[in-house]
Amino acid sequence: MSAAPRRVRPALGEPAPVRVLLIALTIAFLAAFLVLPLVLMFSQALAGGVDAYFAAITDRDTLAAIRLTLVAAAIAVPLNALFGVAAAWAIAKFDFRGKNLLITLIDLPFSVSPVIAGLVFILLFGAHGWFGAWLGAHDVRIVFALPGIVLATIFVTFPFVARELIPLMQAQGSSEEEAALTLGAGGWKLFWHVTLPNVRWGLLYGILLCNARAMGEFGAVSVVSGHIRGLTNTMPLHVEVLYNDYQFAAAFAVASLLALLALVTLGLKSLLEWRHGDELAALRGR
Amino acid sequence: MRRISRLHVSTVLLLVLAAGQATAAGLLNVSYDVARGLYQDLNRAFVEEHARSSGETVKVDQSHGGSSKQARAVIDGLGADVVTMNSPLDIDVIADAGLLPKNWAAAFPERSSPSWSTIVFVVRKGNPRRIADWPDLTRADVKAVLPNPKTSGNGRYSYLAAWHYARSQPGATDQTAIAFEQAFFRNVPVLDIGGRDATTTFAHRGIGDVLLTFESEAKVIGKTFGADRFEIVYPSISVRADNPVAVVEKNAARNGTTALAEAYLKFHYGKTAQTIFAGHGLRTVDPEVAAAHAAAFPPIRTFTVEEAFGGWPAAQATHFASGGHFDRIIAEVRK
Repeated sequence: MSAAPRRVRPALGEPAPVRVLLIALTIAFLAAFLVLPLVLMFSQALAGGVDAYFAAITDRDTLAAIRLTLVAAAIAVPLNALFGVAAAWAIAKFDFRGKNLLITLIDLPFSVSPVIAGLVFILLFGAHGWFGAWLGAHDVRIVFALPGIVLATIFVTFPFVARELIPLMQAQGSSEEEAALTLGAGGWKLFWHVTLPNVRWGLLYGILLCNARAMGEFGAVSVVSGHIRGLTNTMPLHVEVLYNDYQFAAAFAVASLLALLALVTLGLKSLLEWRHGDELAALRGR
Repeated sequence: MRRISRLHVSTVLLLVLAAGQATAAGLLNVSYDVARGLYQDLNRAFVEEHARSSGETVKVDQSHGGSSKQARAVIDGLGADVVTMNSPLDIDVIADAGLLPKNWAAAFPERSSPSWSTIVFVVRKGNPRRIADWPDLTRADVKAVLPNPKTSGNGRYSYLAAWHYARSQPGATDQTAIAFEQAFFRNVPVLDIGGRDATTTFAHRGIGDVLLTFESEAKVIGKTFGADRFEIVYPSISVRADNPVAVVEKNAARNGTTALAEAYLKFHYGKTAQTIFAGHGLRTVDPEVAAAHAAAFPPIRTFTVEEAFGGWPAAQATHFASGGHFDRIIAEVRK
């Protein structure tokens, strides 16, 4: 009896060889599909040395691309955060007709190809689009300028925050809000002191995802950008331009910057999970 | 090391903040994909010269992309003051949309084309397959690489040059030209979408014995992938590929840039710009500049699409439209 438990395999767990094999497989897969490309990218970017790398990213057009990407994200992400909270609030806390339709519509940007999304804006705001004549007459530029780029970015990234919050808010139910109401809280007070604190980590998580996508978006922005160097090229578009010009080192340098931005986002996300993991898990699990 | 990178990082941040849009009077030149280096040099020269002659500082913004995609963007409202393309077809499309007059080609000398190129053969060093002229491309032991004529200028010109060669042989008919094209396209393992993709297929991935492309692109290949790895072969006859320019009159009138746009395009024909064209591997229309660079550009007999096919619209309709000669040739080859 005393030796027996050691030979019996633990109830929760696979035999050692299986475990090793599974772990090795996972690591090999990650190495091949994530780490290797990343390493390759950075080594290509630094192929010409550190100074060449910094020369590439301090090029006037590259700086303008970085700036444009940051500006577009800085406009699109807060708007989407606002929209996401409003939509999730409406969907999770209230019942109304057409709610399911609304949920489906919010998911639309996930299912529509970004290129199509870009073309829609051309059809709306292009010279021959629905509003084209009016815009032309009033000298307002939407497509092939900053507004078009921001619009396209908002379109492709708007589900991220809402999608993160809806299940969370639905799971939380409205009992806490009801309690606050019976205690005499008004609408805003209720929102600021009860609803928002309850979803803050989910919201932050959604914003991070939204931001990562906003900075990396290629397809939709490519259609509405017009590719004017130094004016309407975002970072992903600039990478393509450099690559097609055979400026491989510069292309990879800018790509590595984009990857760094993504890594920072990922790092923030992991930090959040590490610092507030229990809270997040509790919120999401409920 | 650490201090350097901190310095670098703060420089980058400062420059990002400083890179605001300075608004000077300027032009937007919407151009084709691979002309970036060319226009960097040419615009710098123009800005300098314009400052000297008029005392006015101007700025020329550039947009580059696939030629047809760029034409589409201009039609959809990309506010180009001038377009500089690698195919007259793409300017015709803009003219059809009413943004510039249909006889735009008459506005500047040489059918409004200040530079041109022609289709040549790029072969591997030493020309191991002994490829010298068009009939060699139909030999069973030769693999040729070119981009798809349906989607790229190089492809269209290459196809038309092969057709014209075959059609001008003694006793030739449309049938013999079709047979020639079939034998040629049987030797083409991949049809890439654009010129740069085809270059990568040939030079980087090492597929094929010969690449058909513009002479200007062939010179870039030498510079980028090593001049000692490739040779340029000039066939007995090839097609003249004009790089036309035009003022997008409607946009320029709205932006108040008509005079500047015209001065900019006139500048394309001056000695300075012509020398820049030659430096970027393009053939020039100024006889003196052409003579000065004769060593880099061996003489080659060329024909124009107007002479051989009655113009681009006709060539497009007969050869590249759905169900045209090219579709039928490819269908036969793939059987």
